[in-house]
Amino acid sequence: MNLRSPIHLASATLALALATITPTVAADTPDPMAEAKAFRNYFVAKFPNVKPEDFVNGPYSMNKDMRRQWEEKEQFPPYEFSLDMGKEMFGKPFKNGKSYADCFPNQGIGIRQNYPSFDAKEGKVITLELALNRCREANGELPLSYVGDEMAALTAYMAFTSRGKPFDIKIPDDPRALEAYQNGKRYFYTRRGQLNFSCATCHVQNPGERMRAEILAPALGILNAMPIYRSEWGGMGTISRRLVTCNSQIRAVPLEPQADEYRDLEYYLSYVSNGLPISGPGSRP
Amino acid sequence: MTTTHDGFAATRRLILKGAGVIALTGVGVISFNMAPAFAAANDKYPEDAFKQKRAADAIKSLYGRTAQASDKVKLDAPEIAENGAVVPISVSTTLAEVTSIAFLASENPNALAAVYRIPPGTMPNVANRLKMAKTCDVTVIVEAGGKLYSATKEVKVTVGGCGG
Amino acid sequence: MASTIRVRAISSGEITEVQVLIQHPMDSGFVKDAKGEIIPPHFIQQLAFEYQGRNVFVADWGTAISKDPYVKFSFKGGNKGDDLKISWVDNKGETDTTTAKIQ
Repeated sequence: MNLRSPIHLASATLALALATITPTVAADTPDPMAEAKAFRNYFVAKFPNVKPEDFVNGPYSMNKDMRRQWEEKEQFPPYEFSLDMGKEMFGKPFKNGKSYADCFPNQGIGIRQNYPSFDAKEGKVITLELALNRCREANGELPLSYVGDEMAALTAYMAFTSRGKPFDIKIPDDPRALEAYQNGKRYFYTRRGQLNFSCATCHVQNPGERMRAEILAPALGILNAMPIYRSEWGGMGTISRRLVTCNSQIRAVPLEPQADEYRDLEYYLSYVSNGLPISGPGSRP
Repeated sequence: MTTTHDGFAATRRLILKGAGVIALTGVGVISFNMAPAFAAANDKYPEDAFKQKRAADAIKSLYGRTAQASDKVKLDAPEIAENGAVVPISVSTTLAEVTSIAFLASENPNALAAVYRIPPGTMPNVANRLKMAKTCDVTVIVEAGGKLYSATKEVKVTVGGCGG
Repeated sequence: MASTIRVRAISSGEITEVQVLIQHPMDSGFVKDAKGEIIPPHFIQQLAFEYQGRNVFVADWGTAISKDPYVKFSFKGGNKGDDLKISWVDNKGETDTTTAKIQ
């Protein structure tokens, strides 16, 4: 399989879309809004029978047999217990009497769609997982493992309170924010690992196709269902966990959870899925 | 792969001592006052049937006879299981006087997965989620009017790749 | 302590549909842990549903039932507001029971 030409095709499509949409913008100034539109149009055109909101269901939007199994399990999903645990954790005050609600706008309810956000003071992208641990540390608690069950349960609950709300990621008028977005995009399209795959290799070039026995999810909406209860894990796992395992699976050395590149990647992927509904917590094979 | 029989051995010992009945009945939470129509289905946990490797032996242990394929038994199972750990499988049937429904997976270490007792007034439809070790035939047995009927479908189980 | 049993029992006049999801490892005894040692079998063996003093459904389960097991069935009758009692016992003799109201 010649992988090089499809990637050129993908970037050519993007460039063409950009050129068509914003002819007056100089070639070296990225236009995230136009890029997000082109990103979305690429998938909508590739899968005309998939409703735009359905992309958030990943492989289930791509394959009927899998979708049936998923729908059957969604009647009473296995992630209910993790979700309940998350709700309990979220409501339990810290030793100092404060709680997660004190760290977030709107008491932390229905805000998941605003993450990641760019922090102007720090000049960096803040993801929800990062914000949760900072909240803990600011209140004298130990941070949770980014790849463990507890962080998964907590983010599951927060995602649940935002179900149906469209992703609303903002890139403020700040060159550092734009740089973070660019950085995430660069990571997404860069090949790595022994298998020499980029994220795009699977999720832009081959959504709906099989990678060994799995059906690949489209990159559009790929974070909307997070965190996910994976049958393979027999439990709920965070975005951090999935990024780390994804890297391992293409035989690349994974980064540390919440490394800058992962945060920027999450920023980019969430931004280009703006407008699509949060569906988390989700289920996956 | 070796299996430990400790769990089973302990249960067997308990049942032999009579304590097993207590474990199963607890403080009377599970009633064993079954109507005579239940005679076909064993009141006790069918330990022997669950220990059988082959589907045919499990069916024999459970019911003492063989089943005939019937198109009145509708088995719903995926073509390719998305993950062998959680395979949603269900059955429905138009047969009358159903008293028992059993699910088997031919290539599991022990073929019998579950047996459901259907008292009068309960619909002969069951949905459950099974573990499947590998690609094999999933068989559902329906005991109706004292006879056994079956339906079988091959479900493919693959090694997972990189996830969605 | 919260029950391990989640129930949805919905009456549609003539028939009550029951779905349960139970929190239980359902270890088969065939799986090894990270150290290479067998995780001992720990699975629900019997699950019973009682309505108005009689069992309306009994499940005999083996090791091939998925973790956090689920089952759905229906029975004739069952009025909104009535109790449905669900109990299970596993191979270690552990039990749990809950009573849910039919919706």
